[in-house]
Amino acid sequence: MTRATRWLRRNLVVLAGLGTLAYLLLPNLVVTVFSFNKPNGRFNYAWQRFSTDAWTDPCGVAGLCGSLSLSLEIAAWSTLGATVLGTAVAFALARHRFRGRASASTLVFLPMAMPEVVMAASLATLFLNMGVSFGFWTILIAHITFCLSFVITAVKARVASMDPRLEQAAQDLYATPLQTFRRVTLPIAAPGIAAGALLSFALSFDDFVITNFNAGSTVTFPMYVWGAAQRGTPVQINVIGTAMFAVAVLCVLVGRLTTGRRRRRS
Amino acid sequence: MTTAPVTDEPPAARTATRLTRSGRSRRVPLWLLLPGMLWLLVFFAAPLVYQASTSLQTGSLEEGFRVTWHFATYADALEQYYPQFLRSVGYATAATVLCLVLGYPLAYLIALRAGRWRNLLMVLVIAPFFTSFLIRTLAWKTILSDGGYVVSALRSLHVLGLTDALGITEGHRVLATPLAVVCGLTYNFLPFMILPLYTSLERIDGRVLEAAGDLYARPLTTFRKVTLPLSMPGVVAGTLLTFIPAAGDYINAELLGSADQKMIGNVIQSEFLRVLDYPTAAALSFILMAAILALVTVYLRKAGTEEVTG
Repeated sequence: MTRATRWLRRNLVVLAGLGTLAYLLLPNLVVTVFSFNKPNGRFNYAWQRFSTDAWTDPCGVAGLCGSLSLSLEIAAWSTLGATVLGTAVAFALARHRFRGRASASTLVFLPMAMPEVVMAASLATLFLNMGVSFGFWTILIAHITFCLSFVITAVKARVASMDPRLEQAAQDLYATPLQTFRRVTLPIAAPGIAAGALLSFALSFDDFVITNFNAGSTVTFPMYVWGAAQRGTPVQINVIGTAMFAVAVLCVLVGRLTTGRRRRRS
Repeated sequence: MTTAPVTDEPPAARTATRLTRSGRSRRVPLWLLLPGMLWLLVFFAAPLVYQASTSLQTGSLEEGFRVTWHFATYADALEQYYPQFLRSVGYATAATVLCLVLGYPLAYLIALRAGRWRNLLMVLVIAPFFTSFLIRTLAWKTILSDGGYVVSALRSLHVLGLTDALGITEGHRVLATPLAVVCGLTYNFLPFMILPLYTSLERIDGRVLEAAGDLYARPLTTFRKVTLPLSMPGVVAGTLLTFIPAAGDYINAELLGSADQKMIGNVIQSEFLRVLDYPTAAALSFILMAAILALVTVYLRKAGTEEVTG
């Protein structure tokens, strides 16, 4: 066996893994490159020539930035709603044994185990039957509903792994239940709550299927992109996609740097 | 679904119950539980009941719908749309298998071979999520376009002639063929396969793999007899997390396919939002839900025994 084939055999899994990574990242690269395109027709699918027009005028197409800010608003409110409701349920499920606990857990689990289209259609059926008009509120309710299960799961995992002796110690030291909760329980549960909240924000901001059924004529950012896929895709969509990617990567890097520094200091 | 929070018992539960057994605090769980649970009952469980009753209604938008226990809607829906059902199952299965084949090496690489690059690779796996998935799916239109690099490369390698013969592409192009839809589905749900695989691979004790080597197992044998069986929980969770959303998806078929690639999700969407035939849409949703539930049950039973005997 030559050295090259031996090396290849040993590193085959590395090469295959990197190939998959390339497959995962290729569309992001295309989105970024095509944000500098100047297409000839209405669709931004074929490369024509380099231009920074879209970057200098990101809100240049009607309705795009309005849909973006609506999506951010809905994501913020549904994160708040799902996190508050979900954290409470997670504490109850992780800390207390009561009759119906198993059915409660199943009710939490089911929305995550169902194709989105089923949940979307059934909720829209409810709104139709109730005569509720579709719009901001129906989107918000729908988003809170599917984010809730994810928050509960994230927070519950964290609370369940918490050492109960820490709270007992606080109470032995004459802390009131409220003090114990604020000074001991909440700080320990915080990473789980933060993870749940972040997940909610991302899920709500990027949701299309459930919004598609429950939005009526209200246009969120994913709805805008969906419409654009039929009417013509402005380059500005790629600009916003690229900017979102850059901001998120920056946040991750800053987060890693600061936690690294804090760990070193302590 | 192996991580289903249905049967687990938190280690802290017993102590916690003891702590809260006195006086008023016994009522705490109810107050914590009630708002969230009511929300799920009203906006998740009740809609499913409503949908069940809708699927048994007849009527029209002008005259209104009434419950007539018209079970024939289910039979008609199945008869009319079984090609789309079969297609959904087929595409979702293909995408799940592809996700497993593509995702396993990457998860393995990150969990067992990456060393200090592990965190960076992990961020790169999650990074695509930072851009809206609709925009990324549209990018595949560019990548797979008729004049693009991918298609010309496949053409010059005569791969497209072969895939045309197999019926997964058509007319020497990739867009608007089954291949494009499966490719999009695979891409969209790949992270859902990689993350559970990574979690179960990362838990493997490196000494177990060393021991296999010490006992003269060749790398491939070690993988087959040790690594793969130990990663089965990740494989099972990953396939479910990929298959279920892929089977109900309509975005990839709509954006990357043509009328011949419509999946059951597309039918539900158009019956509900365009045709406004709510009973048919509701019946189709229920059939989809039941089909997925049945497939998942069978799969879990099979995968479970393999896990024991493997």
